[in-house]
Amino acid sequence: MSRLPVKKTYKLFIGGAFPRSESGRTYEAEGQNVARGSRKDVRDAVRAARGAQSGWAKATAYNRGQVLYRVAEMVEARADEFAELCTGRDEVERAIDRIVWYAGWADKLPQVLGGSNPVAGPYFNFTVPEPTGVVAVLAPDEPPLLGLATRLLPPLVGGNAVVAVASETRPLAAIELAEALATSDVPGGVVNLLTGRHSELGPVLASHMDVNAIDIGGANGDAPELERLAADNVKRVVHGRADVQSPWEIASFLELKTVWHPMGQ
Amino acid sequence: MAEIDKPQREVDVPGDWTYASAPESRDIVHIRDRYGYYVGGEWLEPAETYETISPRDEEPLAAVGQATAEDVGRAVAAARTAYADGWSSLPGSERAKYLFRIARILQERSREFAVLESLNGGKPIKESRDVDLPLAAAHFFYYAGWADKLEYAFPNRRPRPVGVAGQIIPWNFPLLMLAWKVAPALACGNTVVLKPAETTPLTALLFCDVLRQAELPDGVVNIVTGDGRTGAALVESEDVDKIAFTGSTEVGKEIQRRLAGTGKRLTLELGGKAANIVFDDAALDQAVEGIVNGIYFNQGHVCCAGSRLFVQESIYEPLVAKLERRLTTLRVGDPLDKNSDVGAINSAAQLEKIRELVASGVEEGAEIYQPPCVLPEKGYWFVPTVFTNVAQSYRIAQEEIFGPVLSVLTFRTPEEALEKANNTPYGLSAGVWTEKGSRILWMAQRLRAGVVWANTFNRFDPGSPFGGYKESGFGREGGRHGLEPYLRFDE
Repeated sequence: MSRLPVKKTYKLFIGGAFPRSESGRTYEAEGQNVARGSRKDVRDAVRAARGAQSGWAKATAYNRGQVLYRVAEMVEARADEFAELCTGRDEVERAIDRIVWYAGWADKLPQVLGGSNPVAGPYFNFTVPEPTGVVAVLAPDEPPLLGLATRLLPPLVGGNAVVAVASETRPLAAIELAEALATSDVPGGVVNLLTGRHSELGPVLASHMDVNAIDIGGANGDAPELERLAADNVKRVVHGRADVQSPWEIASFLELKTVWHPMGQ
Repeated sequence: MAEIDKPQREVDVPGDWTYASAPESRDIVHIRDRYGYYVGGEWLEPAETYETISPRDEEPLAAVGQATAEDVGRAVAAARTAYADGWSSLPGSERAKYLFRIARILQERSREFAVLESLNGGKPIKESRDVDLPLAAAHFFYYAGWADKLEYAFPNRRPRPVGVAGQIIPWNFPLLMLAWKVAPALACGNTVVLKPAETTPLTALLFCDVLRQAELPDGVVNIVTGDGRTGAALVESEDVDKIAFTGSTEVGKEIQRRLAGTGKRLTLELGGKAANIVFDDAALDQAVEGIVNGIYFNQGHVCCAGSRLFVQESIYEPLVAKLERRLTTLRVGDPLDKNSDVGAINSAAQLEKIRELVASGVEEGAEIYQPPCVLPEKGYWFVPTVFTNVAQSYRIAQEEIFGPVLSVLTFRTPEEALEKANNTPYGLSAGVWTEKGSRILWMAQRLRAGVVWANTFNRFDPGSPFGGYKESGFGREGGRHGLEPYLRFDE
């Protein structure tokens, strides 16, 4: 007699924990019942992200880089599982390499994106990039793992906290990634992953007054409407592509701060 | 010791120590009776006009066109033609030379521009002469130098112009805001349709003379005047590739909404409610000068004005006493008088807004201080005002007043100062006053604002990026970063 396997309950990832959706609802994707996140789950996730963001931003850039490198280690360790949840081994390897690539940017951004400014007066003046705050990401449907990693890493490496909605049609890789993140060194709340309908969660995130930027590249649905809602608190709107790797992707989720000080005796 | 024996010369000691007025002559400025739109290098006759006045005495200065959507369409078409017909493909080194010419002409004609700026906008001549004009010229000079160096500013990204830029600017620094918008756009190879503010169109219209003098190709810069309807037509014009707006957060949000789904690029430089934070170890007299400069510069018509003063409790009384004493020495009056520190409020509508918010402050329970001050009878004036005993919830501590009105609040610890300073939807600028270097850096890192002035305030330079966090907008003007909104890149 063959053994009956233990089946997994697919849940959300908020504040470092795995709660069920407050709505109690699920939807079917990839043959599984997946949590269908609600407005209140978004509220909880944004609150968790806001709570975790300043600590993540204050960590040294060296530390953030190491923490993200550790994420790559965790994904590598689960490479076989991931391969079954996305298009295959190749996608997993590309995702891992992308995480490593971005991890290495953490302590190089100010030198590439900022600098000191020559001003016509006795002042020292410098510009540094800083995280914009809480970033919402509507992950692209395909490729399920690489697409999510591509959109998740740029805001993270810059010191933002993220609330991401997984691919609606292929959410299982995102859930697996949440489990890898939970066993990595990423502080709880820095990454929050929701599953559910983009058409339901997208407008809530786009109009949320405590979200500073939104990446709607993966939005399936009414992107112009999301842009309109984003204007309520002058959100930075990014149309991120599913497969791109560049420091300018990070810059989309950064603010530039310029500081002046007189020079004297 | 022989001198001691010299008889002392009798000197007349004047009984009255008030300044005599030192009016700047306005003869240097020639204002036409009527202005059209500058489109494709020609003046277009407007179908409808309105009167632009001087806020110092409500004197009508000229009739100015109220551009319709059709007029805006013509200007955009002229910009598109100029873009396609050579400007975008002109070598950067040639574009640079046009910008250098413009910078030089502005320097040469700076007195004329300064007088006109003060006349039309109400700001004191010493500010338009010493701040607006030198900075406007410097801005063109700075971006001229970038025009042929874009590949070095953005290595491996193949920078190209965006196309036609629609630019909408405010009334507080009319020519300077024009320079902030036009200089980087042209340096990057774009063409421009610019709409100056409804109440202050004259320096932008005089700038068209400069463009002709510089022999800038027709249609590279087009100027249309009018109120918000003209701005809306520019935002909605289909053939504009990018909108740059400086103004209120309310209008900025509306522009962001209207551009949703169009794919047009957008940068916004919006309102502010800056915290100016004074610690107990600060050099108090310098801090008082910084506070005064922070909120009374340009009548407080400054988006980055230090309108919320946070004072550490232990120095609250001496600081407020020094500040109020300093206010009695501010000279409010004729913008064209070289002795004036504070000029006229820009418009009747703005004066009304300031009055309404100040009344709300009194009503909500704040204590008001205004120095004795004789205001001119005609024109729009408001006495520099300090509110003490202000709670964070009061409207005067939350809303942008855009006038010479300061709200004073207190704090005990750096953490409390930070918490209160960041407790606003805005994030344009902030000030910190302390002699302790490590605290400056600690505060500067944590203040959520695009510009932090430490032991100084309201400093500007073309090489220094300027722009906001949160609802103060996005995008930067100034510096290498100020080029980015006007360029497309390889991904």
